[in-house]
Amino acid sequence: MNWYGNCYINKQKEVCAMFIADYETKNVYDEMFSKEGKARTSYHFLKSKMESLGGLELIKRSSSAEKALISLGITFTLYGDGEEQERIMPFDVIPRIVPNEEWTKMEKGLKQRIEAMNRFLQDIYSDAKIIKDGVIPRDIIESSSGYLKPCIGLKPPKDIWIHITGTDLVRDGEGTFHVLEDNLRCPSGVSYVLENREVMKRTFPELFDKLNIRQVYDYPYHLRSMLENLSNADDPVIAVWTPGVFNSAYYEHSFLAQKMGVFLVEGSDLIVENDKVFMKTTKGLRKIDVIYRRIDDTFMDPMTFRKDSLLGVKGIFEAFKKGNVALANAPGTGVADDKVIYSFVPAMIKYYLGEEAIIPNVPTYLCSQGKDLKFVIDNIHNLVVKAANGAGGYGMIIGPKSTKQEQEDFKKLIIDDPRNYIAQPVLNLSTVPTLIEDKIESRHVDLRPFILYGKEIYVMPGGLTRVALRKGSLVVNSSQGGGSKDTWVLG
Amino acid sequence: MLSRVAESVFWLNRYIERAENYSRFIDVNHQLSLDLNDEFPNQWMPLVHTTGDSEEFEKKYDKATPANVIKFMTFDDENPNSIYNCLARARENARTIRENISTSMWEVLNEFYLSVKEYRKSYMENPETRGEGISADLSGFLAHVRKNCQSFYGCSDATVSHDEVWSFSLLGRFLERADKTTRILDMKYFILLPSVQDVGSTLDLLQWLSLLKSASAHEMFNRKYKKVHPNDIADFLILDQTFPRSIVFCLQEIEESLEKVSGTKEGLPRNLAQDAATTYLNRLRSEDIESIFDKGLHEYLDDIQIELNRIGSKIVERFFKS
Repeated sequence: MNWYGNCYINKQKEVCAMFIADYETKNVYDEMFSKEGKARTSYHFLKSKMESLGGLELIKRSSSAEKALISLGITFTLYGDGEEQERIMPFDVIPRIVPNEEWTKMEKGLKQRIEAMNRFLQDIYSDAKIIKDGVIPRDIIESSSGYLKPCIGLKPPKDIWIHITGTDLVRDGEGTFHVLEDNLRCPSGVSYVLENREVMKRTFPELFDKLNIRQVYDYPYHLRSMLENLSNADDPVIAVWTPGVFNSAYYEHSFLAQKMGVFLVEGSDLIVENDKVFMKTTKGLRKIDVIYRRIDDTFMDPMTFRKDSLLGVKGIFEAFKKGNVALANAPGTGVADDKVIYSFVPAMIKYYLGEEAIIPNVPTYLCSQGKDLKFVIDNIHNLVVKAANGAGGYGMIIGPKSTKQEQEDFKKLIIDDPRNYIAQPVLNLSTVPTLIEDKIESRHVDLRPFILYGKEIYVMPGGLTRVALRKGSLVVNSSQGGGSKDTWVLG
Repeated sequence: MLSRVAESVFWLNRYIERAENYSRFIDVNHQLSLDLNDEFPNQWMPLVHTTGDSEEFEKKYDKATPANVIKFMTFDDENPNSIYNCLARARENARTIRENISTSMWEVLNEFYLSVKEYRKSYMENPETRGEGISADLSGFLAHVRKNCQSFYGCSDATVSHDEVWSFSLLGRFLERADKTTRILDMKYFILLPSVQDVGSTLDLLQWLSLLKSASAHEMFNRKYKKVHPNDIADFLILDQTFPRSIVFCLQEIEESLEKVSGTKEGLPRNLAQDAATTYLNRLRSEDIESIFDKGLHEYLDDIQIELNRIGSKIVERFFKS
C-alpha cells in the first residue's frame, strides 16, 4: 500500500518513505481508511493531493498555518507558576471529512434531539408532565445541580430555552455515531471552527477549488438573526456577555461579538434599573434587549443565585423574568445536560415527539440504581466513570488507563455520592491521520457540531473536530492536551 | 459606545504613542553620544528626567550609564513605562476591546508585541547586553519600534470607521504626544553645558538639533526656518499650528475629537473636558515665544503639563466613569 501513514521524512533528500503497514487501523474505525487499508471514497482526492505534495511540503504548510494562528492571536492563556503562557490551541492540518449522506442523517438527528430537549425544559419548569407520566423520576430531576428552582414558571421568549448547543458526537468501533454529551449551557469552540477554516483555505487553496466543501463562515449571521428573533424591538440592542479577559474562552467571546457586530460587555458594564438592563456608555445608559451570555447560570445574578458572584449583575434575573431582556441560553438549561438525565433523552424523544432517537446514546449505567452501582464497582477497570455535572475532562476516570489505586479512590467517591456518577463502556473513538512532528500517525477524535434554535433549527455543517494528540489517548479536551482539525462536510 | 471600551481605546493609543516617543528619545541620545565622543561626555540622566521616571530609575540603578538607561527604557519589565511594558499593556488593552478594532490592526499590534518580546529575550540572554555594553542592533530595534507604531497608526486610519472609537484613539494619542513634546523641550533644561560661554556654541546647537530630531521635527523645521535658533525651535514645537507634534496642533486635535464624542454639533451641551481644552488652546494661541522665554521655558513647560493633566482628568470623569 503506497501511502505515508507513519511516514518518516528525510529532510535532506526530501524523500517520503512510505510505511502504511505501520498506520494503525486495527480495532478501531479510522475516518480515512477502511479496515483493509483502503482510503474511503470521500478521502480519495485528499489522499492523492497529499501524496503529490509530499511530506516536506505538508510540514511546511503546517508550520505556516501555525504562524497564521499565532499572529491572529487565537490563543488561550495558561496561568501557572512563573510567567503566564500564551498558547495556541494545537491545530492539525489534515482535515476530517464527513460524507454528505452521513451528515444529512446526523443533522436530522440533532434537530430531533434539540427539539425534544427544549420541550423537556418547557415541561419540567411548568407542568412537569414527564414526571407525572412516570417517564423520568422526580428525584432525578430535582437532585440535579442544573435544576434551578427560580426558573419554575419561566416563559422565555418564543418558548426557546436552548438557543445554542454544542453536542459531542463520537463513533464507536463499528463507526456508528453516538451522542456522548449534550452541552446546553455555554458550549464553546465555534470560533476555532471558523478560524481553522480560514487558515485551511490559505493553506490548501487547491483542495477548496476541487472539493465541494460546505462553508461555515455565515455562522455569525445565523447567530445574530437567532438572537434578533428573541426581541420584539425593531432594531434590538444585542450584547455578548463575557466573564472577562481572564476567562479561557475570552477570545471566542470577543470574536463572536466582532463578527456579529454587537457589543461585548462585562458584568461591570451592566446595571439593572426598573427591571431593565442597561449598559454604561460614553453617552449615558443604554438599554439592552438581548444578551448572549457566556457566563454560568449561577454566576449571573447574586440576588437570585450565588451571592458571592463578583461577575454577576444584580437584578438581571428579574428583568429576564419580566420579559425585559432575553437571555441566550435561558437560565436553567443545565438540568438537561446533566449526565444522568442524558440517559433519558431517548425516552424524551419518544415521549414528546413519538419518534425513535436517530442518533443513539452511549449505553449508560446510573450509579444511583442499585444493580448498576454494583456492576460499575465490579467493572470499573473496564468502564469510563464520569461525574454527572463534570466538564472539560475533569472528574472522570478511564478504567483501562488508570491504576488500581486510582480505581479504588474513585470507587469511594462513587459510593459516597452515587447520584453524581454515571458509567459508560470505553468507546474506542474513531481515528484520523494526524501530523505528529514529522510523521503521520493515527489519533482519536470526536466531533462537536453547533446547533442554533431560532425561527427554525440550524445545524452548522461540520463543527469542531477535537483530536487527542497524545498517542492512544481518548481525552480530546483542550485543557488536557487536545487539539483541533478542520471538519469538512462535502456537499 | 461602552465607557470601558472608550477608556481602553484611549490607553491603547497612549501606550503606542509613548513607545514611539521613547524609541526616538533613546535613538537621538544614542546618536548624539556617537557625535560627541570623548570631547564632552554625553549625558544619559537627562533622558530619564524627560520620562518623569527618575525616582523609579534611581531606586533600581546606581548610575545612569548608557546601558542602564537603555535597559530601563526598553526592556525593563519593572519599569511600567518601558517600551516592552507599553506594548504589553497596549496589547492587553486591545485584547479587551478586540471586537472594536479591525483584524489588521490587531495583527499589526500582536505581531509587533511578539517581535519585541523576542528582541527582549535575546537581549536578556546575550551576556554582552546584559552587562555594560549597548547592543549593536540598538538602532535597528528602535527603528523597528517606530515603524511598527507608524504602521499601527496607518492601519487604524485606513481600516476602522472614523467614529467614536476613532475619536477616543485620537484623544489618547494627542494627549500623550503633547505631553511628550513638552518633555523633549524640557530636556534641554537638564542637559548641562560645560560653562556659560558655551551658550550658542556648536555643542549647544548640536543639543538643540537633537531635540528637534527627538520630535522628528528637524526636516519640517528646516523648511520653515533658515537657521537653528533656540527660540524658533521652542516656537515650532509649542505654537506651530500645522506641525503634528506641536502642542498647539495636538490641542487642536483634542478639541476637535472632544467635540465629536460630546456630540456638540448635534446640539448636545458642552462639557467640562471641552471647556478645559478650548480655554487652554485659546490661551496658547495668544502667546508668543518671547514672552514664554521671559517667564522661563522650564516653568512654562511645567504649566503645560499641568494643563494637559487637567484636560485628561476631565475626560476620565466625563466619559470613563459614567
